[in-house]
Amino acid sequence: MTDGDANDPLRELGRRIEGAQRARDATERAQASRESAKPMGSALALAWRVGLELIVAILVATGLGWAFDRWLGTRPWGMILMFFLGVAAGMVNVWRTVSGMGMAVGYGKASAAAAEEEDED
Amino acid sequence: MAIEIKPLEQFKIEPIVPLHPFGIDASFTNSALLMVIAVVLITALTVLGTRRAALVPGRWQSIAEMSYEFVADMVETNAGHGGMAYFPFVFSLFMFVLLGNLLGLVPYSFTFTSHIIVTFALAAVVFIGVTIVGFAKHGMHFLKLFVPAGVPAVLLLLLVPIELLSYFIRPFTLSIRLFANMLAGHTMLAIFAGFAASVPLFGILPVGIDVAIYFLELLVAALQAYVFAILTCLYLRDALHLH
Repeated sequence: MTDGDANDPLRELGRRIEGAQRARDATERAQASRESAKPMGSALALAWRVGLELIVAILVATGLGWAFDRWLGTRPWGMILMFFLGVAAGMVNVWRTVSGMGMAVGYGKASAAAAEEEDED
Repeated sequence: MAIEIKPLEQFKIEPIVPLHPFGIDASFTNSALLMVIAVVLITALTVLGTRRAALVPGRWQSIAEMSYEFVADMVETNAGHGGMAYFPFVFSLFMFVLLGNLLGLVPYSFTFTSHIIVTFALAAVVFIGVTIVGFAKHGMHFLKLFVPAGVPAVLLLLLVPIELLSYFIRPFTLSIRLFANMLAGHTMLAIFAGFAASVPLFGILPVGIDVAIYFLELLVAALQAYVFAILTCLYLRDALHLH
């Protein structure tokens, strides 16, 4: 008799703990799925960046080539050369953007490099 | 009775106080007015928000502290070791662009970040500043940034111009990204508002779309300010650490 009386509140407590754990697991799962959905949301922003990177590189380089030609009187060679250089620079920038290496001349991935530096210190 | 839709009229710069010293048009315009409002608001937020600093922050103190912590965190993780010295610059830049984007979403106001000359001036300051920081910190070694390591000498003839070019393209991509986003968003808002005005009965549909675009624009305004600031941090990291 006394055993049953002592066990009942404990069993009740066990049920409550289990319930709380289930609830916590559910919120954690929801959070994890939210976090995995985040890259999808910024996919459009990335697409914007990639397109812009390529086009601006080509336009700026070609414009510079045109300016050089006007200055040095070498038309049309500066513009042709700079156009191809612009295409190359644009592709390099796109590749660096997509592979998460920061933008343009940067090499290491930003956060990874920062973490490495902290390790070295 | 067709209503003329002028989606680009909102970007017109109008002088408020005409000023022409030495034949240069330096009038105080609606664009300048909005910039002044942005600076006043940022100053008010940071000064008044922290004046009565309480352990449990009030509303304004919370906003000031959150923006401070957000930018501080961004600078620390992205600009790397020693980047915190440039925190005041990045914070000012971020808040100025953010306020410019958000104030532009207030009806009848003006978006100064939708003008490429404004965003290009900001990007040029970043570009020149970062270059000066790089040379001041590393001297002529800064030029190593343009020479990829472990590449045969013949290929350097091709790679160095490409690296140089992609370095000089930075201010252009930085400014065009912000300007194009703001311009496109605000033009879209105005076009759908024009549809709503010209279709009397079914005007509710374009208005609904406009509301949706407006919320998207709120997101874009914050996101573009963030992108502008984070790229500044990445450029600073390049200049401070050379890879």
